[in-house]
Amino acid sequence: MIENRPWLTFVSHATLLTGIALVALPVWMALVASTHPASAFGVGHIPLWFGDAGAETWGAVLFDKAGNGVDVPVWFMMLNSLIMALGITFGKIAISLLSAYAIVFFRFPFRNLCFWIIFMTLMLPVEVRIVPTYEVVANLDLLNSYTGLTLPLIASATATFLFRQCFLSIPGELVEAARMDGAGPWRFFFDILLPLSRTNIAALFVILFIYGWNQYLWPLLITTDDAYYTLVMSIKRMLSVTDGDIAWNQIMATTLLAMLPPVAVVIGMQKLFVKGLVDSEK
Amino acid sequence: MTVTFPQKGLPWLLLLPQLLITAIFFLWPAEQALEQAFYQEDAFGLSREFIGLENFADLFSNPLYYQSILTTLVFSFSVAIVGMSVALLLAVMADRVIRGKLAYQTLLIWPYAVAPALAGVLWWILFDPSMGPIALWLKSAGVDWNHYLDGSQAMILVVIASTWKQISYNFLFFLAGLQAVPRSLIEAAAIDGASPFKRFWTIVFPLLSPTTFFLLVVNLVYAFFETFGVIDATTKGGPGQSTTTLVYKVFDDGFVGLDLGGSAAQSVVLMGIVGLMTVIQFRFIERKVQYS
Repeated sequence: MIENRPWLTFVSHATLLTGIALVALPVWMALVASTHPASAFGVGHIPLWFGDAGAETWGAVLFDKAGNGVDVPVWFMMLNSLIMALGITFGKIAISLLSAYAIVFFRFPFRNLCFWIIFMTLMLPVEVRIVPTYEVVANLDLLNSYTGLTLPLIASATATFLFRQCFLSIPGELVEAARMDGAGPWRFFFDILLPLSRTNIAALFVILFIYGWNQYLWPLLITTDDAYYTLVMSIKRMLSVTDGDIAWNQIMATTLLAMLPPVAVVIGMQKLFVKGLVDSEK
Repeated sequence: MTVTFPQKGLPWLLLLPQLLITAIFFLWPAEQALEQAFYQEDAFGLSREFIGLENFADLFSNPLYYQSILTTLVFSFSVAIVGMSVALLLAVMADRVIRGKLAYQTLLIWPYAVAPALAGVLWWILFDPSMGPIALWLKSAGVDWNHYLDGSQAMILVVIASTWKQISYNFLFFLAGLQAVPRSLIEAAAIDGASPFKRFWTIVFPLLSPTTFFLLVVNLVYAFFETFGVIDATTKGGPGQSTTTLVYKVFDDGFVGLDLGGSAAQSVVLMGIVGLMTVIQFRFIERKVQYS
């Protein structure tokens, strides 16, 4: 603190609290809405304080079929989301660790070319090549499968760069010492490189889990079978009711359940999350 | 210079998974988009004919495409500027306070984890014209809110939902930037009698410009490519074309309109844009590394 200005400190706290309140507002309203029976929304406003139908709504949402053409309950879709998120996370970390290892610790022809090919993926997000990517996945018969949900998304330039950066900071003496002690490339990888990259892997895990869980466009394109629906994309199907008779309390509870795991990860592993965000700032 | 292993075949084996996935799921579709952009295909994919640059000519003579470019620019810059202003204000305040800094940070960063589609749904309901508390409050204040009919209101809604999610990211980077400003500079200015307000605009804000520029690029990329969920789950590009961004249009023309050639031509244009933005981003990072 440079100088003591009590009113300025007061303004700071007040601004922050207002900011927090505004940021939390939609989630608060959703939480309140999910504790009222569906009939409460017909009268023309969303109630402002908790009702007493919470347990009923949340139970129904979690365990009954979601409805509107979705024949699986929310817990099942959460499981699908979890499989997809973990598949993408572990896949990205594994293949990026291997590529970074190859690029940093070996010399071979076209090494730079390989690096640039991986770099290209940054310039080709799924969003800009939606139709042809769908066609490729359809040709490979990967629609409606866990492989289709995860595999096409696990190439990662960001993760490869991050691990490359991390490996480059490892002193050459360490490699030499390991080689003198007779460690081959695999032993070096598992006994030295992996333990040294532990924090980086953990930080990246947090970021990638959020990325994987929150996928929307991709599952929307390639799943038509509810056995593979993920929770985030199913929100759209639940909202697309034509007769205007939407069960808002259930939609709100589903939305909250869909955001709960990644939000819990961010709050529970705040330090790693911040590190991951700063490291992967592309 | 890093010490290396002598094996010749092993590195290829290590790179194989990444290269295979990149080739199959990134380069092949990109090549297909490039190829398709020069053909006209019927909706069933039975026949196609080479038409050269006609898809591009159609695209750039279509007023709807220009409208979509304008929509994207308005949307992206609104998201970037609103989000960064709010985040900067909060970060400056959080940098000032001593008590409860970490608690404030925790309570401000969690929206980053919310999927764009869910952020859209949450705000969509708060603004629902018949029952949303904000819409009803606006009505009592004399604003006739109905984003189902009014294009600019629909735009405001998707901007709010997209910005809400991105404030946490901007906040974290601004806070880190603020903490890197040398205390001695600020103390010197304080001793010379500069007010906190003056110190911010003449010392802190200029020193933050690398962070600001970096965040501007990141926010534009986010608004361009990652807000598909916000739009698709709420306005679906409407009413009319008022919230159809370029990315939404690729999807809409390709999957709903089944205009494969047109959609492919748009993909090619977008690849150019994203390539350009990536280059800007990387050149900037390089510079930051050199001078810091």
